[in-house]
Formats: sequence, structure tokens, C-alpha cells
Amino acid sequence: MTILKTENLNYVYSQGTPFEKTAVRNVNLEIEKGEFVGIIGHTGSGKSTLIQHFNGLLRPFSGKIYLDGKDIWADKSQIRQVRFRVGLVFQYPEYQIFEETVYRDIAFGPKNMGLSEQETDRRVRATAERVGIPSDMLEKSPFELSGGEKRRVAIAGVMAMEPEILILDEPTAGLDPKGRELILNQIKEYHKTMGCTVLLVSHSMEDVARYASKLLVMNRAEVFCFDSTAEVFRRSAEIEKIGLSVPQIIRVFNILREKGIDIADDVYTVKYAKEKILEYMKSGGKLQ
Amino acid sequence: MEAFAKAEKLDFRYSDDDRLVLSGLDISFEEGEFTAVLGHNGCGKSTLAKHMNAILLPSGGAVYIDGIDTKDEDKIFDIRQKVGMVFQNPDNQIVASIVEEDVAFALENLGVEPSEIRRRVDEALKAVNMYEYRNHAPHQLSGGQKQRVAIAGIIAMRPKCIVMDEPTAMLDPVGRKEVMATVKRLNEEYGITIILITHYMEEAAKCRRVIVMDKGKILLDDTPSEVFSQVELMKSVGLDVPQVTELVYELNKSGLKLDTHIITEEECADALIELLS
Repeated sequence: MTILKTENLNYVYSQGTPFEKTAVRNVNLEIEKGEFVGIIGHTGSGKSTLIQHFNGLLRPFSGKIYLDGKDIWADKSQIRQVRFRVGLVFQYPEYQIFEETVYRDIAFGPKNMGLSEQETDRRVRATAERVGIPSDMLEKSPFELSGGEKRRVAIAGVMAMEPEILILDEPTAGLDPKGRELILNQIKEYHKTMGCTVLLVSHSMEDVARYASKLLVMNRAEVFCFDSTAEVFRRSAEIEKIGLSVPQIIRVFNILREKGIDIADDVYTVKYAKEKILEYMKSGGKLQ
Repeated sequence: MEAFAKAEKLDFRYSDDDRLVLSGLDISFEEGEFTAVLGHNGCGKSTLAKHMNAILLPSGGAVYIDGIDTKDEDKIFDIRQKVGMVFQNPDNQIVASIVEEDVAFALENLGVEPSEIRRRVDEALKAVNMYEYRNHAPHQLSGGQKQRVAIAGIIAMRPKCIVMDEPTAMLDPVGRKEVMATVKRLNEEYGITIILITHYMEEAAKCRRVIVMDKGKILLDDTPSEVFSQVELMKSVGLDVPQVTELVYELNKSGLKLDTHIITEEECADALIELLS
């Protein structure tokens, strides 16, 4: 079932000035409910502009956006509801924390939705636990926390609204490898248990390769391709041509095939690469 | 050869009753070296970096830059001229509204002759490939370009060493490549000593020396291939290894005997070709 659909979406910045720039051009997408989509593209390719359309922060210049089959701009007064259903976590979300305690910061969204105190409390505690914020931290000031902890509190604030679609714009930027993995695993876990749709914008090909089942590649304001992760990475040469890098493991397998070794062309994770190599050796009788 | 920068039994705590962020740390950097420093958040690597140009002073032990003790207050400006720092966020490092004025800022403060300033600013901007943008406003530039302007501002001061604290963390892959290519050239052509703090293992894999820090101490100090071959140790301190190194490690767990020192795609492909054909 399609949860989010765009039709000939266009967006232009500073229209009518010398700085006019088309940021999104003719985007037609259909995103299925429950999918985990990675969004990649270099800076200025239109990723951030595009995702800000999905919860109605930006209004398209032309074209339409459908959430669950309904045009989100059909009734302007309903746009607030759209923002509850589509949660957007910005880049460096920890800069947007403002409440006095961690608890109140996470509770801000659910309260705004008009949920009861009891339900808000349930969601704050459940989400805090989900992102690894211990309960004794809830009464602390968010500004006493480390950078990684603050980031998780900020993400929890959006998760606590339990949106049907969770969109995260580079949630791991600036974190160390352990912090990156922790946050990505928590998002994955949230995706699994809530059965929601996740859109993850990332510059890290290794990360999207590991977590996303589909990839949306943006280039120069347009959709370059939108397909399963394996299919997208099968086009690694084209992807590199538009200035994006592909995971190291893909480049290794490309070299192998260039040298005449007949091995899978859809390998993009270490785990899968290992399987394929061992399989190849067994079939060649080199390994029992 | 005498080391250019040296820390001896360096202890540091932010306040008297705080824990030691650096404890008994010994390290030295030779002139012209290109070293990557790895470690998870909170391991003390940024604290060490800030000792290299006397932003922080040791709580115990000593730090010497080109033979000068950083505790010598009279020499603090000599030290800062020898060691420049580049930080994570380019927006926090740019002060002027025109690129070339930003690069000239420190030189004007130092009272350098105007004609000499002109010469050095042009040279610095050319060194980072930003000369064409000298009359642009910084906000019109991309993150990678801004970061290169920040680096130009440092090299205009003709430092012997640049310490970079995650200079590419906020950049996209293209910006990262631009900055890394610039840094590499500064090291190779100008002989500037580089100390690069990074979370990107593939950047560290390209350096000649890699230092791994954990809990305020040096855990490993070796070539990238020696460091990354210790996959379990690296993971135990919250770090990663290049994908190809991990693949070799995984294959060896299944009974193969590949060289654990593989860190580049080419090395990995060569080893696999030998294995498979």
C-alpha cells in the first residue's frame, strides 16, 4: 500500500530574483507503507528540500503530495495533522532542544498533539527507553548531557509523537562510529516494532547500505533513481559518475568482475560479500 | 632528529576535582609527519589537540612545541604561529564578509606589511584552490569550500604544523575529498606537519601513522595497516575498520588465511583474485 506519493512536484527558491534556483524538479514517487528508504545525493541535490515537502513545511511550487491517498494541501487547516503523522528530525536536532528537563523536551510533541497526561507519560518513558536514555536522566537538564545523548533526546522527541512516517536528515552526522551504530540500530528497532515508514537521509553509503531496503538517489534536483538497494548499487558506475561514492566493498567486487571472476554484482555489505566469496569457493571446489 | 611536538607524562583535568582527561600521556610528532588520531567521543583526543597550541595547558607533565614549553607565557604567540588549528564547523571559524579578508585577518593582527599580506593571502588561497573565490562572501560557499578558506587563513600564517579536529565531520563526500586532497598537498609540497583527528577510518587509512586513543591514553601508535589489523581491539574501543579489513577478518574466521594487513580496495581485490582464480 502506498503511504506517500508525489506527483510532478516542483519547488523553486527565490523565484523572480537573480538567485532563482530550482531545488526539486518533477519528482514522482510512491513510497510503500512500512518501507525503510535511504535518501542519498550530494549537497544541493534537493534532498532536504524534498523531505520538507513531506510534512508540509514547504508548499510545492507546483504538483501534489498525497498522504494515505489524500492531497495534504487540499485543506490547509489540516496541515497540522499532517505534521503529527509525518515526523521530521532535522540535521543537528540537538540544537533545537529548549526545555528545562529531558522529560519535558520529549513530552513537548505529544502534549502539542493534545494527548492526555497519562498517555504522554507512557510515550515519554517508552521512547526514552527505546533510545537508551535511562529514567534517572529524565529529570536532568538536557544541556548537561553529552552530544550523542542530546541527539538521542532530540530524536526521541519526534519518535514520541509516534508518526506513521519518520524522516531523519543525517541523524548520525558528526558522531563517532559507536554513536552512529547506536542511533541507527535504535531507528531500525523503532521501524520494526512500530511498523512505521522510515526515510533516512545520509551521506554515508555504508550506513544506508546496511539499513535501507530501498534507495532514493537525488541528483541536480531530480530523482536519479528509486529502487531496491541491491538494484541501485548494481548501477555503481553511474552513481560514481554523479559524484557519489559507493561502499568500498562494491568497488572491490567491481574489480573482481573486471578481472574475469564471475561473482555476484549486487554485493554491498560485508556480510553478504563473505557469503558470496565462500559460496564461490565451494562451487569451484576450492573449499569443502 | 628532535621531535617537533612532544608531550611528556601529560596529565590534564578540566578542574581540580574532575577526573583526568589525559593521564600520563607520552607522544611525539616529527616535523613533516602526517598522523591521524582516532578514538571515540570523550577519549581525550580534542583535549590533546588543544595542548598543541597552548589553548589548554598541562595539569601535570609538559608539552614542547619546537622546543618551547607551552607553559612559557611569553612565547605563547610564537607557539600559535607555529601550530595552527582547524575545527569541525567552518561557520564558527570565518570572521570576515569577504573570503580574502578572512584569510588576511590573522596577518593584519600580527602587523604584517600590507604588500606581504597580499602576497601571502594570494599564495594561501591558491594552495587550497580557492583563489577564484577570493572576492566571494563566505556564505555563498559550500561547506568544503568554507573549510578550505579556514585552512587558507591558517597557512597564510606560515605554520609548521596544522592540527585539525574533525575538519570533515560536517561535510558531504565531495567536500571531504576536497579538504583531504588539500591537506595531503600541504603536507607533501609544503612539508607542513599534519595532525588529523577524524572519525573516518578511510581517511586514517591514507595517513602514514595512526594513533588510537582510549581513556586519555595512547592505545596504539603504528602504521594504518598494523592498527586496522587489530579488528577486535578497534571494535572494543568503539571504533571501526575499513570494510575491506572487516571482510578479510570475517573470511579468516571461516578458516581462510588472508593477510590481515589489508586496508585498501586494491590490496583486497588482489588477495581475492589470487584466492578465487
